[in-house]
Amino acid sequence: MPEQVIDDSPEHRAQEAERRFALEQERIRRLIRVATPFISVAIAILLGSVVIALSGKDPLLAFGAMFSGAFGGTRQIGETLLRATPLIFTGLAVAYGFRSGLFNIGAEGQLFLGGIAAAFVGVMLAGYPWMISVPLVLLAAALAGAAWAFIPALMKARIGAHEVITTMMFSYIGRYVVSWIIAGPFKDKGQIPQTPELPETSQLPRLSDVFTFIEPNRAHLGIVLGIVLAVVVWWVLKYTVLGYEARAVGFNPTAAQTGGISVSMTTVKSLCISGALAGLAGAVEVMGVHHRMFDQFSSGFGFTGIAVALLAKNNPIGVIAAAILFGSLSAGAGTMQLEAGVSQKVISVIQGTIIFLVGAEAIVSWAVKRIRSMKEATDVR
Amino acid sequence: MAPDATLICSAPETGPASAPILELRHITKRFPGVLANDDVSVAVAPGEVLALLGENGAGKSTLMNVAYGLLVADSGEILVNGEVVVIKAARDAIKLRLGMVHQHFMLVEPLTVTENIVLGLEPTSRFGGVIDRATARARVIELSHRYGLKVDPDARVRDLSVGNQQRVEILKALYRDARVLILDEPTAVLTPQEVKELFQIVRELVSEGLAVVIITHKLDEVMSFADRIVVMRSGRIAGETTPGACDQASLARMMVGREVVLRVEKSPSVPGDPLLEVRDLQVSDDRKLPAVKGVTLTVRAGEVVGIAGVDGNGQRELVETIMGLRRASKGSILLRGKDITRDDTRRTIASGVSHVPEDRHRRGLVLQFDLVENIALGDQRKRPFSRYGVLDRVAINAEARRRIADYDVRTPSSHVAAANLSGGNQQKLVLAREIGRDPDVLIAAQPTRGLDVGAIEFVHRRILAERDRGKGVLLVSMELEEVMSLSDRILVMYGGLIVAEFEGGTVTDEEIGFFMMGGLGEHDPKSPDVSGGEDA
Repeated sequence: MPEQVIDDSPEHRAQEAERRFALEQERIRRLIRVATPFISVAIAILLGSVVIALSGKDPLLAFGAMFSGAFGGTRQIGETLLRATPLIFTGLAVAYGFRSGLFNIGAEGQLFLGGIAAAFVGVMLAGYPWMISVPLVLLAAALAGAAWAFIPALMKARIGAHEVITTMMFSYIGRYVVSWIIAGPFKDKGQIPQTPELPETSQLPRLSDVFTFIEPNRAHLGIVLGIVLAVVVWWVLKYTVLGYEARAVGFNPTAAQTGGISVSMTTVKSLCISGALAGLAGAVEVMGVHHRMFDQFSSGFGFTGIAVALLAKNNPIGVIAAAILFGSLSAGAGTMQLEAGVSQKVISVIQGTIIFLVGAEAIVSWAVKRIRSMKEATDVR
Repeated sequence: MAPDATLICSAPETGPASAPILELRHITKRFPGVLANDDVSVAVAPGEVLALLGENGAGKSTLMNVAYGLLVADSGEILVNGEVVVIKAARDAIKLRLGMVHQHFMLVEPLTVTENIVLGLEPTSRFGGVIDRATARARVIELSHRYGLKVDPDARVRDLSVGNQQRVEILKALYRDARVLILDEPTAVLTPQEVKELFQIVRELVSEGLAVVIITHKLDEVMSFADRIVVMRSGRIAGETTPGACDQASLARMMVGREVVLRVEKSPSVPGDPLLEVRDLQVSDDRKLPAVKGVTLTVRAGEVVGIAGVDGNGQRELVETIMGLRRASKGSILLRGKDITRDDTRRTIASGVSHVPEDRHRRGLVLQFDLVENIALGDQRKRPFSRYGVLDRVAINAEARRRIADYDVRTPSSHVAAANLSGGNQQKLVLAREIGRDPDVLIAAQPTRGLDVGAIEFVHRRILAERDRGKGVLLVSMELEEVMSLSDRILVMYGGLIVAEFEGGTVTDEEIGFFMMGGLGEHDPKSPDVSGGEDA
């Protein structure tokens, strides 16, 4: 520079102002990002209380019962973790898709494919030690989920078919194909349409069986697997070329392409990884809970995974927390109905409200900015 | 270093000659963290052209948006014809007979010129409801004759050139009986000929008693058309003067607050071997229509080849095809003699071609990424940025810090989102990535679009530094001034073809402008070196 900027000049002050403004903006953004899920949950519980009160019941009693049903003891906590486990996997699946700009709405179908693959390979590998069969069963489920996402991914990359439509449609196809397999070629002996039971070497044991100091409960090793996987997904997104390119495409495909990233390749990879994660959700349900596959093995985990990802703001570590929250709602609902006489359906109200509010982040961020600018205005005066 | 800039120009006349028609008094407008207007007072009288001169972010557009009701000032007052008025929305301003033409036109493209002009104020037949097209058309024709705004009233706006669209915007304001016309950066999108015509129109308008305010950052234009110049800097009035009492250098100093180098100083080029060769390239645009129709050009080591032309004549498609973002339908691209026509973008970058895209928000940066991650873009698969698919964040951080310092990117931290930077700093960040990669060939498309004088100076110096290091530079710009001052060779692109080629420094802007219009202008050039491509 031939000339140095004079430091007390107005433009230096302007730059300083700009610098402060930028930092402030960043702080606001971070604050909103962190605060929104909490605010959303709080408002949702408040709204749920109103609904309970309107139906003539005591909200405090109801939520008290729900809390004790979800966290009141080892058995209850186990139940919460049990229900959170598949949601961690599907939540991660949807979150990974979102980070790459893809809305994998068909996680449910990929989960079914993962479930049937696990049930099949698990039975086939009877007689092998668990150290061989468990990893292979998980791998088979991940591949099945990925394969089910691969076709929509290819359609998106090749002809631009929107993944919301294609993954959704593939979800239906997957569910019914699996349904047929369960009722037909791979049906267990007997009347009930279900697959044969997994050998013990292909099952995920209960936590209380592995760690005998824990009081008996239904939570199984899948939760540990889920937490480890969440950390892995976080690491992949932040510290690998794969994750970097996925995020670049998710934020701005045009700039990513200009930087030499193949948008179609990245799309295929990301959607397949998302499908693999959803497939694993099916595997842990089969291996850890039911030990076999049947039609009703999922209570919409694939769809609840969308809510989990939204609430977690697509942060893999946040997915763990969000999944446990949704798990506790589902685990505590029964107790609430039993002890406070409040219908389990209130849980749906709360879940719906959370999703709505997280989705409506714009409203929250607008409110935060508004409050800040009002504060600033009064500071000036 | 510089004394108070206002003292450099000879004593300015204070205020407009006659009673002002529009007056802004003590306007203060604050955005969170920034004082965009700090106690600013400006007035304009009928029959005068007031130039509001300043860099980007100086607060000129904010001030005029306050006048036009698009923003509401925190304090201060607005007077029209000496009376205090309240302007809270554009419709208040229109009622008070103020008109504004924005940088980005607000026209409905599929509608005709007449329909656009009368939109919202359509004359209706006596029984109401039905638009009286004949009356509307007649009124538009009358206005366009009176002010010399030649435009076909029945043409669809989408078929008009940018210059003509601007005329439609001006007619729109006149149709609403504007007495004050505010033009926001009106020449940014025009060719030199169109600029001249615009200034003739402005002259016509003021002779009819209108007041015209032109927001601009272009010094040469201010000197040629303004009656009075108000210079803004950092939200304040930095000074007021007239073209006769001032020269460009002192205006620039007033605007920037320090000495600026207006002319790019450059040594004669020492061209070496051909680096980038484009041969008979043909490319289609997004609508599958031919956009590049057989372009041949060569960029040698140590030279800047500039492509002048009006936006939309195939420049974008040409650049995108070289970068592997678009497929050529015919022809070839060679880099150091090696065919790279079919290479994808990653490979093209890796073989030593860097690209400063014309749209830094859409193509140049991932705005949500922080500065560090933006620096890595394009090199994320190469060492030392990554090994075996795992990013080396420590190495990336170190390299990013180095380049941020090297390219003087002003940022509170290297870990804020690129969206938070000012336009000039965003462009420096793109340069830090693209030039910092040390390419053999640099393709710079519109590298200074929307930047202020200081940042433009910086970008130009960096581009020339690359040339002097023996790199080849292909510069594409709609700013003729920029092409002329930087290029060692100038190509003019029109209708997908190179229609003329000049040695740098041997032509006038009129001659180039003549070819930018496809050689169809009124001006007759002095036998230039016309060729379908390059004379080998």
